[in-house]
Amino acid sequence: MWNFPLFPDQASSHASSIDALYFFEWAVAIFFSIVIGIAVVVLAVRYRSGSKVDRTNPPTHSQFMEAIWIAIPFVIGMVMFAWGAILFYDMYDPPGDALEVSVVGKQWMWYIQHAQGRAEINELHIPVGQAVKLTMTSQDVIHSFFVPAFRVKQDVLPGRYTSLWFQPTKPGRYHLFCAEYCGTNHSVMGGWVEVMEPAAYERWLTEGGSGPSMAEEGARLFLQHHCAGCHRDSVTVKAPRLEGVYGRPVPIQNGKDVSFVTADVAYIRDSILRPKSQVVAGYEPIMPSFEGQISETDLLKIIAYIKSLSGKEAVR
Amino acid sequence: MHEPESHEGAPGVTAPGPESDPGHDHIHPAPGWFLTRYIFASDHKVIGIQFLFSGLIFFLVGGMLAMALRWQLAWPWKPMPILSRLLWAEPSLGYQMPPEFYNKLFTMHATIMIFFVIIPLLTGGFGNFLIPLMIGARDMAFPKLNMLSYWFMPPAMVLITYSFFVEGGSAEAGWTSYPPLAFARWATPGSLNGQTLWLLSLLFAGISSILGSINYITTIVMLRAPGMKLFRMPMTVWAMFITAILQAFALPVLTSALIMQTLDRVAGTNFFSPVGLTVANAPPVVGGGGPILYQHLFWFYSHPAVYVMILPAMGMVSDIIATFSRKPLFGYKPMVCAIAGIAGLGFIVWGHHMFQSGMNPALGATFMMSTMLIALPSAIKVFNWLGTMWGGRIQFTAAMLNAVGFVSMFIIGGLSGIFMAASPVDIHIHDTYFIVGHIHYVLFGGSTFAIFAAIHYWFPKIFGRMMNERLGMIHFFLTFIFFNGTFYLMHIVGMHGHPRRIADPTVYSYLQGAGVIGMNQFMTVNAFLLGFTQLIFVFNFLYSLAAGPKASENPWHANTLEWTTSSPPAHYNFERIPVVLHAPYEYSVPGVDEDFLPQTKPFPGGQRLEPAHS
Repeated sequence: MWNFPLFPDQASSHASSIDALYFFEWAVAIFFSIVIGIAVVVLAVRYRSGSKVDRTNPPTHSQFMEAIWIAIPFVIGMVMFAWGAILFYDMYDPPGDALEVSVVGKQWMWYIQHAQGRAEINELHIPVGQAVKLTMTSQDVIHSFFVPAFRVKQDVLPGRYTSLWFQPTKPGRYHLFCAEYCGTNHSVMGGWVEVMEPAAYERWLTEGGSGPSMAEEGARLFLQHHCAGCHRDSVTVKAPRLEGVYGRPVPIQNGKDVSFVTADVAYIRDSILRPKSQVVAGYEPIMPSFEGQISETDLLKIIAYIKSLSGKEAVR
Repeated sequence: MHEPESHEGAPGVTAPGPESDPGHDHIHPAPGWFLTRYIFASDHKVIGIQFLFSGLIFFLVGGMLAMALRWQLAWPWKPMPILSRLLWAEPSLGYQMPPEFYNKLFTMHATIMIFFVIIPLLTGGFGNFLIPLMIGARDMAFPKLNMLSYWFMPPAMVLITYSFFVEGGSAEAGWTSYPPLAFARWATPGSLNGQTLWLLSLLFAGISSILGSINYITTIVMLRAPGMKLFRMPMTVWAMFITAILQAFALPVLTSALIMQTLDRVAGTNFFSPVGLTVANAPPVVGGGGPILYQHLFWFYSHPAVYVMILPAMGMVSDIIATFSRKPLFGYKPMVCAIAGIAGLGFIVWGHHMFQSGMNPALGATFMMSTMLIALPSAIKVFNWLGTMWGGRIQFTAAMLNAVGFVSMFIIGGLSGIFMAASPVDIHIHDTYFIVGHIHYVLFGGSTFAIFAAIHYWFPKIFGRMMNERLGMIHFFLTFIFFNGTFYLMHIVGMHGHPRRIADPTVYSYLQGAGVIGMNQFMTVNAFLLGFTQLIFVFNFLYSLAAGPKASENPWHANTLEWTTSSPPAHYNFERIPVVLHAPYEYSVPGVDEDFLPQTKPFPGGQRLEPAHS
């Protein structure tokens, strides 16, 4: 029982800075627990009813003392706030060159697919030293992607994308949990994150032959679901071209006004499932909804395909 | 502290307070019929006792659920004494607890402890019994409404108990009941029928609390005895008052969330279901709602609910510590402001339960700031309790021991709360055993020790008999030891990454090698000892109820008004409405023969004592 490593591995770039804040809080908590705990015992023993101690003029109030014990927690609290806020922002914005991986959670497994096409279940292989950004969604209930060694956790919600990024710093195998209670077999919904040397990761990606990448599969689905009929060269239907759209502002007709939204994964997803909610200015709302017809995993592939068009320009 | 009376006219019994109504001094006769006297009673004392008994009975139920939980965590899938033979003797189960049963256990343990034990005991039981007595009123402002507020509880209790026996069993979506798990009928067995009963049951319990809180607010504002100024009210009354305001504003939000979820389940609405959602191969729903919306609504109530469960405890502990330290409460007015501050901040911190839900960091940082600020009023409370003991003449009765236990455990529960305030750390420990440890330090180490303290302290007034002090002390020390043995290690396994709400921690090699199994077994042994220790309390309670020595009017030599009337008080509480002359904490006042000075007793020198302005 006592071989307990008090602490999970530190295996991501966030881990040590979060642990520093954690240890600071731990020090504050221990310090005050001990000080107050000793005070309770000392006061209780010293002023027990039988003891003969000087009780003349016991204090009943003191503005000065109240001020002190407001000021001390205030200062400590604000230090923690500033420290925590800086880290929190840091953990929110992924670097631009992050490796993109898609994650779909369902009762009770993780389906993970790399941009290059290789898919895996309950395992995530990533190269060490490389920032990784997960785009995640759930097929049913809420799950939560939790890797203690990376000190990261992000809820995975049905009907929307959440993202999470981290930069592994140490090769190894780390446990992956579902942290949000998700039903009967919640306790066995987990897996492993395998952090590999970059070369080994490259080999792993192409193991068993190089299949189509997510974008290539997406291109196939783009045809299969007849998206291409309108969104490529169509003579009969007027639909916005998708080349170069990803990541750019899109004009949206909003009654008489036009507003702009950024064409991110969430917008593209909504445009496929609820095409009438945000229609590009200058187009009729004629696209049918694909709600219930495309699985979450296919949706991510189609989005990967549209993303892959971002470098290209529409040929008119 | 002693301000000479100079500008308010002559001191003495005749000086009426601002809200006195000397004409209103008539006494209603006590109802003679058994049914209206003890069952459908409108007497606040009887209603308080009804809440007390039903709360304590459910406390035993909730405790047994917890022991079954702990068994599974320490020895997963091993046959459990009694339950295995009763429930899982079928060959297909082989005496093993099924995982969905474990999920029901933690769901129902939390639901029962929060909604059927702590809130009803604190606000329903002690709030009802003490408020009119402590402010010098004959009853609540709306006695019939009070009766109704209790009688909304039995349907809730029946529904929650019945839900264990329907197809699919009781709810198992966690006490938080996040959709879609909670509303999708096939998501879990418990979502089949149990969840609907859970929702209805909580609606009843919530309405009971809303009715109660309206009554408390009105009573405290309108029915204070002559001379009972706001700043002469005991801390218990202040705490109940502010708690009632919290409930009155927060509960309607929970009620609406519960109704929306009920409609999602039974009427096909889509408040919380996203577009095209399909769970467990059920046909997709139309959708258009947001699961996160429910989390916001739920925590908008449930964070204040944590304060609903701790503020009355703080108030009662303040009174008990002052009484047994034979000293005025240190910094009375800052203590009142601190309670108000905690309540006010309590409304703007709910987002810290959702840092990992994908919240924008600007919003997250705001919640982080407001959560950090909770430390300030909490620090005032803790240091002022210490200040009260400082220079006192402390009598270690069972009630005082439990109150001091409350202070010590609340410190740990409070300090472990700062880990949740700082979002980067919270993201790591969210949904791990760290949270479980924290909440139990607040709700068991805090609220429950305060409930034990309050029962020992007010038992003579409620039932007219004394509890056994020696048994009370043994119960306290054993509870204190086993409580810490059960819950402290949770922080450590939590930090290590042990998720909460998992039926089997041993499936992960990560948790296997690391001593977690040993710690889980250690915690379980302590939890069982903690459970059995409560039998001492049960025995003491029942034995004292039947055969304890008769209590005098004021056995603890306390100052507040409930001790100026008989034990137990007559139906009408006070023969004459008392006139309050000074603040409630005038202990060991120089110039007074005894070391206490009841609020109704004039100070010999003709001074009127007010709490100090600090």
